[in-house]
Amino acid sequence: MDLQIALLLAQDGVTNGAIYALLALALVLVFAVTRVIFIPQGEFVAFGALTLASLQAGKLPGTLWLVFGMGVAITAIEVALALNERHLRRIPLIVLFNCGLPLLLAGFLFAVSPATLPLPVQVCLALILVVPLGPMIHRLAYQPIAEASVLVLLIVSVAVHVTLVGLGLFFFGAEGSRTPAFTDNSFEIGDALLQGQTLLVVVCSIVLIIALYFFFERTIYGKALRATAMNRTGARLMGISATLAGRLSFTLAALIGAFSGILISPITTIYYDSGFLIGLKGFVGAIVGGLASYPVAAAGAILVGLLESYSSFWASAFKEVIVFTLIIPVLLWRSLTTRRIEEED
Amino acid sequence: MNAAYGSNEVPEKPVVLEVRDLSVSYGKEEALHNISLKINKGEIVTVIGPNGAGKTTLLCALMGLLPARGDIIYLGERQAAERSVEKRVRHGITLVPEKRELFGEMSVKDNLLLGAFDRYRVGHRDELETMDLVFDTFPRLHERREQMAGTLSGGERQMLAMGRALMAKPKLLMLDEPSLGLAPLIIKEIFRTVGDLKNTGVSILLVEQNARAALHVADYGYVLETGEVSLEGPSSELANEARVISSYLGLGGRH
Repeated sequence: MDLQIALLLAQDGVTNGAIYALLALALVLVFAVTRVIFIPQGEFVAFGALTLASLQAGKLPGTLWLVFGMGVAITAIEVALALNERHLRRIPLIVLFNCGLPLLLAGFLFAVSPATLPLPVQVCLALILVVPLGPMIHRLAYQPIAEASVLVLLIVSVAVHVTLVGLGLFFFGAEGSRTPAFTDNSFEIGDALLQGQTLLVVVCSIVLIIALYFFFERTIYGKALRATAMNRTGARLMGISATLAGRLSFTLAALIGAFSGILISPITTIYYDSGFLIGLKGFVGAIVGGLASYPVAAAGAILVGLLESYSSFWASAFKEVIVFTLIIPVLLWRSLTTRRIEEED
Repeated sequence: MNAAYGSNEVPEKPVVLEVRDLSVSYGKEEALHNISLKINKGEIVTVIGPNGAGKTTLLCALMGLLPARGDIIYLGERQAAERSVEKRVRHGITLVPEKRELFGEMSVKDNLLLGAFDRYRVGHRDELETMDLVFDTFPRLHERREQMAGTLSGGERQMLAMGRALMAKPKLLMLDEPSLGLAPLIIKEIFRTVGDLKNTGVSILLVEQNARAALHVADYGYVLETGEVSLEGPSSELANEARVISSYLGLGGRH
């Protein structure tokens, strides 16, 4: 291996690592706020990438039907609850919000031809289609069992993951998609060639991480999420409901996932089930951070990316094995060095 | 007695909270039986009693943290049993819990800010002015404003918990054992502040084991024993009651 290959592999590793870092942050966030180990995190990556690909191909993305279907399900639940509590005046708003908005979106997609729109608009459309899935999944799958144990929440996560992968196959088909690169520029640094798209992934990831940092440190909603993660009872007594915090963290997780998917879709071919492996690698990073520390999780995810790219050079058949084996020494190290943390509230 | 006290200023002294026949059970064990109590606007009402009498249970039930049977009438409106903690916060009930429940890895300022979270959410943007008021009440918190809440002393933690609750501009402030684990001088300061808060118009339900201090600052008192109200009356009268003196105030009934 010469320096040039080493640099190329490093570039590859850092690019993937940046994506894993974003996913690791989302996983830490969701777990800290809701105690949910969010296995379906990777599905947002796949859905984000595939939705953008369908838009660019001029097809109506299947995500639209998913949003609509979930909207109908939520409407049914909320209307039943409102009838039960005799809050009849709430019903029009519920219907309008959960069914009306997806219909409006569908109408818009029918009216314009998304394939002809400029790329930034397509990206925004893809985000608008995928991000609502986060709070909707929270409403349907997790809000009713918010007080359940971590294990029950994990089992539900597995179920949600399997369901979403199935729906992904149904809506997007078995073929993979790859979107055209956002930029064709490339730079030469010494001997190595730096792809513009690679640079874009890294820069966008860093920008998103900084934005998240400001959200958590500077805004009252970000602080409320941190407060919920720190002390659930204290947060409730301030009127920060677990439902609100959960919904907010799932929205952020969906946004991070979909955005990651859009970023990597020009680099890798994404299939309906590609999200799982990508999400799991983010999960390894999150585990390095003990599902609690954001900076350590991000660093762990970069490490995962580098490990993956170098092992694909030396032992490509064992690439995944090597990456996931990392979790064993990390868990050993963590269980030997950290104080025992209470398991449940 | 209560009626006579209220008759002078009936229009100014509406009932903030009235509890009728409140019962709370933990499984089959009934922790509170048929509690009835009343708090007028701007009044400090204290509930004293020994450990395990159900004082904290009472506050948790009023806050909606525990399911309860019976009627809770708040500002003339019956509270649905399933009304959530968050809804009660929005309607002006706040609890300063016994364990304080601070956000330890956040600064004093951020803890206070989150006290105003619900007000902010519904569109009130006066959190900085409210924070100045809290800093006036607790100058110590102003000195410590950038410090992490987890590094505060016991007294400062209690001040922060109270200040955070005041950030919500409550109509009914419920304090659970504010003197717990504090040094006598700090207790004095805390109770003086509780007395001062009365002038701001907030009604206070004060649960205490430190009966002497509580009766000194309160207008009206209830004695809670094994889940039932065994005695009640204006606090000056309760403080001279033989049973209260022997059980809760110690020898001589100094106060």
